[in-house]
Amino acid sequence: MSADTLRSARNTLVLVAGLLLAWQCLYWFAGDVAMRSPLQTFLFTARLVTSDAFWPHLSETLRAFAAALAIAISVGLVTGFWLGFHRPSGDVFEPMLVALYSIPKITLYPIVLLAFGLGMPAKIAFGAIHGIIPVAIFTINALRNIKPILVKTGRVLDLGTFDIARSILFPAAVPEIFTGIRIGFALTLIGTLLGEMFAAQRGLGYLLMNAIGLHNIDLIMAVTLLLVMFAATVSGILLAIDRRLHRRA
Amino acid sequence: MRRIALYRLLVIVGVTLLLEALCLLKVIDRITMPPPHQILRDLATILMSGKLNAAIAKTMTNALIAVSLAIVVGVLTATLLHGYRSVRETLDPLFATYYAVPIFAFYPLLIVLLGLGDAPQIMIGFMLGVVAVVVNTLNGLDRVPAVLKKTARIQRMGTIETALKVTLPYAAPYVLTGAKLAVAYSLIGIIGAEFIMSRGGMGYEISFAYNNFDNATMYPLILLILLVSIAVNGALSRWEKVLLKRRGLA
Repeated sequence: MSADTLRSARNTLVLVAGLLLAWQCLYWFAGDVAMRSPLQTFLFTARLVTSDAFWPHLSETLRAFAAALAIAISVGLVTGFWLGFHRPSGDVFEPMLVALYSIPKITLYPIVLLAFGLGMPAKIAFGAIHGIIPVAIFTINALRNIKPILVKTGRVLDLGTFDIARSILFPAAVPEIFTGIRIGFALTLIGTLLGEMFAAQRGLGYLLMNAIGLHNIDLIMAVTLLLVMFAATVSGILLAIDRRLHRRA
Repeated sequence: MRRIALYRLLVIVGVTLLLEALCLLKVIDRITMPPPHQILRDLATILMSGKLNAAIAKTMTNALIAVSLAIVVGVLTATLLHGYRSVRETLDPLFATYYAVPIFAFYPLLIVLLGLGDAPQIMIGFMLGVVAVVVNTLNGLDRVPAVLKKTARIQRMGTIETALKVTLPYAAPYVLTGAKLAVAYSLIGIIGAEFIMSRGGMGYEISFAYNNFDNATMYPLILLILLVSIAVNGALSRWEKVLLKRRGLA
């Protein structure tokens, strides 16, 4: 176990060092017109996060993301449990969900804007529609792959539907559902940021879009760095939990 | 099985009729969404008049290039990586967190590096698609039974021949899963890039129409993109199923 942790820590370190090196080389190749070196970016990021103007944007993004993630997970879980548990509806709707998963949801953003208006609700909706489907699909598959004997045992013990769901299906399906939530997390984050990039007056996505418009390379690099670090850290943690759950199962 | 397909059709027809009714009863107003039959009619008009053919061709060509590149580079990378365990382990965290990173943030950088033509959009589409192919191909290569590899060795096949004749064909259904994802992600990448900054393409036309409240152009184009991606995905899924069935796995 500890040898495992050590190895994964070493791998991460090597990877980060490799990426930094690649970044520096790309900087030497592309020059100041296109990007900044790692060091310059870190310095600017430090200045950015200590400035007052930055925090409202961050809190706006975090609030939108938290709401979108909550909606994505709860709606995804309910849909997944329904379709996974009730076979006929699952057979009818699951292929439709898979087809929906494959469409480029970014094309729907004008419709979301027209339906929800500019601002917070549109961002939340856009984030949520990215996250709901993977959570639902993984939940359906998790429930379907549960050994029938477990459910039969529940029936023999005369448990109701709700009790079966709570004390048998849910624990047995947790590892797979968690994988769905992990992927839902990533997609919801992207959805929320995209929503902010196209239609918002606040938030990190807006900051990035604005920086693109003004060709403010310092700001582009700093915001990108912050987003990448946040996404990589959280999904790294989620991935570790995910692996542990799967190993135990 | 027939009945399920019938139900599915009923659900789709029902939802469309519901939308139609809501639109005609003005619950959803005209500025938000035209009724579905109107969208279909507008789509037919647009396709017949050919005024957006250039934009459609541009997006589809770029998507085709990006997806092909993603599949070729992805399969090659995965085949190479499969042989180098330590490199693969090092890259694992990158693959696992890759899709949590908003790749669009690199778009301005790509514009400066590659110029204002089609290249940055293709690059974004490629970057979004390639990792899905790599991950799924690796997953497929992991499942190649040892006996097949042994057989290849007994036949004295080289590394390349083994990959071409034994391991990659075995992994084909998994590669297809990756290809399906690559199609979806590449389209997202290219259309998103066109939304952000470009001089043409379907994404550009959609956002232009959106800014001008031109629903007669926007909705048909969105519908067209959805139809194309669902059709491509459906075709690949069917092929995948055929491959799996031949092995008695589905």
